[in-house]
Amino acid sequence: MTTLSREQLVDALTRGIKLAVTSLPQDVKDAIKQAYERESNPVAKKILSSIIDNFTLSEKDGIPMCQDTGTITWFVKVGKDFPLIRELESILQEATRKATKVVPIRPNAVDPLTGKNSGDNTGRFIPWINWEIVDGDDLEITVLPKGGGSEYTSQLRMVSPGLGIKGIKEAVLKTIFEAGGKPCPPIIVGIGIGGGADIAMKLGKIALLRPLTLRHQNPKVAQLEEELFNELNSLGIGPMGLGGDTTVLGVNIEYAHRHPATLPVGIVTQCWAARKATLKITPNGEITVLSHNIPNIFSIKLLGE
Amino acid sequence: MTEYHFKTPIKEEDIRKLHVEDVIYVSGTVITARDQAHRRAVQFHEEGKEIPVTFTGNVLYHCGPIVMKQDDSWSVVSAGPTTSTRMEYIEHKFIEYFRPRVIVGKGGMKEKTLEALSKYGAVYTIFPGGLGALAAKSIKRVVGVEWIDLGTPEALWILEVEEFGPLIVTMDTHRESIHKVIEKTTSENLNRILSKL
Ligand code: SF4
Repeated sequence: MTTLSREQLVDALTRGIKLAVTSLPQDVKDAIKQAYERESNPVAKKILSSIIDNFTLSEKDGIPMCQDTGTITWFVKVGKDFPLIRELESILQEATRKATKVVPIRPNAVDPLTGKNSGDNTGRFIPWINWEIVDGDDLEITVLPKGGGSEYTSQLRMVSPGLGIKGIKEAVLKTIFEAGGKPCPPIIVGIGIGGGADIAMKLGKIALLRPLTLRHQNPKVAQLEEELFNELNSLGIGPMGLGGDTTVLGVNIEYAHRHPATLPVGIVTQCWAARKATLKITPNGEITVLSHNIPNIFSIKLLGE
Repeated sequence: MTEYHFKTPIKEEDIRKLHVEDVIYVSGTVITARDQAHRRAVQFHEEGKEIPVTFTGNVLYHCGPIVMKQDDSWSVVSAGPTTSTRMEYIEHKFIEYFRPRVIVGKGGMKEKTLEALSKYGAVYTIFPGGLGALAAKSIKRVVGVEWIDLGTPEALWILEVEEFGPLIVTMDTHRESIHKVIEKTTSENLNRILSKL
C-alpha cells in the first residue's frame, strides 16, 4: 500500500484552492439558477443571468470567477492517526503560497499596522486554520476563500436576551438592510446565535459550510432559517442593490448555549461568489471531492500544465 | 428595460434616449480614473492645461485594475469596478469639463452627479460586482497608460473593449436614479417587516 506524501498533499490542496475559486459548488449554482427562474424584476433577472454566464465561463476557462479571490481560511477535520498530521499546518501554508503563483490568486494578506502586502497570501495567523481533531486516520478539509467586500458588511450584534427570537430577527434584518448592495447580493447569510461574541461570529462562518439544500436538524432553528429567508427577500434590496425579489440565496444558522445575561448574534454576509471546496483524503492518498461533482482533483490543471 | 449596443464615440442624443433600467454593452474605448486621476484632471483643466486623454464620447470607468507587464506590453489581469461615491465631490466638474458619455462604477452616486448627467448628457451605470471573468474577457487590449506616476491603480488606463457589459443604467439624463428609489423602498420595507415581528 502506498502512503500519501507531503508533496502529493500540497499539490492536491493547491488544486482544491483552484477548484474553489474557479467553480461554484453545485448547491450555490442551483440556488442562483432557481432565483433566476423566480425573479420577476427584469433588471434583477439580467444581473442573475450575467452571474450565471460569469461562473459558467470561469469554470470552463479555469479562471477566477471574481477578481477578489479572498482571504484563505481552512476548516480542518483531521483523524488523530492521519500520517501527515504533524506537518499539516506547514502543508496548508505551502499550498496557499503555491496557489498564489500557480492558480493564480490575488495576494490578499496585508499587515494591519504597516499596510504592507505579504504578496503570497500568508502572514501572521493567515491562512487561518480551524482545527478539529477526531478519531480515525482520514483528513476532511474545506478551503473557504472569502472576498473582502462581503466580509466588510458582517456584524456582531449583542441583543437584549429579553427580546428573544424577535430581537435576533431584528438584528439580522437591520444588518442586511445596512449592507444594501455592498456585499454583492444575492448573498448567503451565515448566522451564529449564542455562545459569546467570538463564538457567535465563528458559528456564523461555520454555518456557511452547510449546503444550502440542508436545513438545520433542530426544527425550531430550521423554521427560523426559513422565516428569515422570506423576510430578508422581502426587503427588496435585490441583486447588486438595484431591487428585486432575490436578496438572499439562503440563510444558515448555527447556535450554542449562551450566558443568561447575553445574547450575541454573529451575522456573516457571503456574496453570490460563495466559493469553497471540500476534499476527503485517506492515508494511502485516495482523494475524493465532496463539494463538487468532479471525479478526480487532478483533473484540475494548474498554470503551465 | 431595453438593451443597447454602442460603439465609441457615443453621441449625446443616443445617451439622452436612455432610461434607468436600460442595459448597455459598449465596444471601443474605456478609460479608467479613480480618486487621484479625477483630482488631477480637474486641476489641470482649471489651470488651463491639457490632459493626455480624450474622454469625450467615451466611457469613464471607476476602476483600479490589476495589470501585468510582460516584455514591455501591459495586460489586464482583472478590472472590477470600485466604489463610486468617493468621486461624488468632484464628478460634476469632471463631467462638465471632459464630457464622458457613460460612467461605470459601483454603489451609485448622488444629487450633484445626477444634475450634471442631465445637464451635459451622460449616464451612470453599474457593472455587476464580481463578474471578473466576464470583464477580463471583454477587455481586448491595453491601448496606453498615462499618469503612471500616480501608481498603477490610480493611473489612466486606456482600454479597448468589446461588448463590455452588462452595464445597467441606474442614473439617467432625466434625473431618475434607481439608487434613490431603492434607498426609500428598502427602508419602508424594513419598517413594515419589523413592525410585524
Ligand atoms: S463581494 Fe464577492 S463577488 Fe463582490 S467583489 Fe467581493 S468577492 Fe467578488
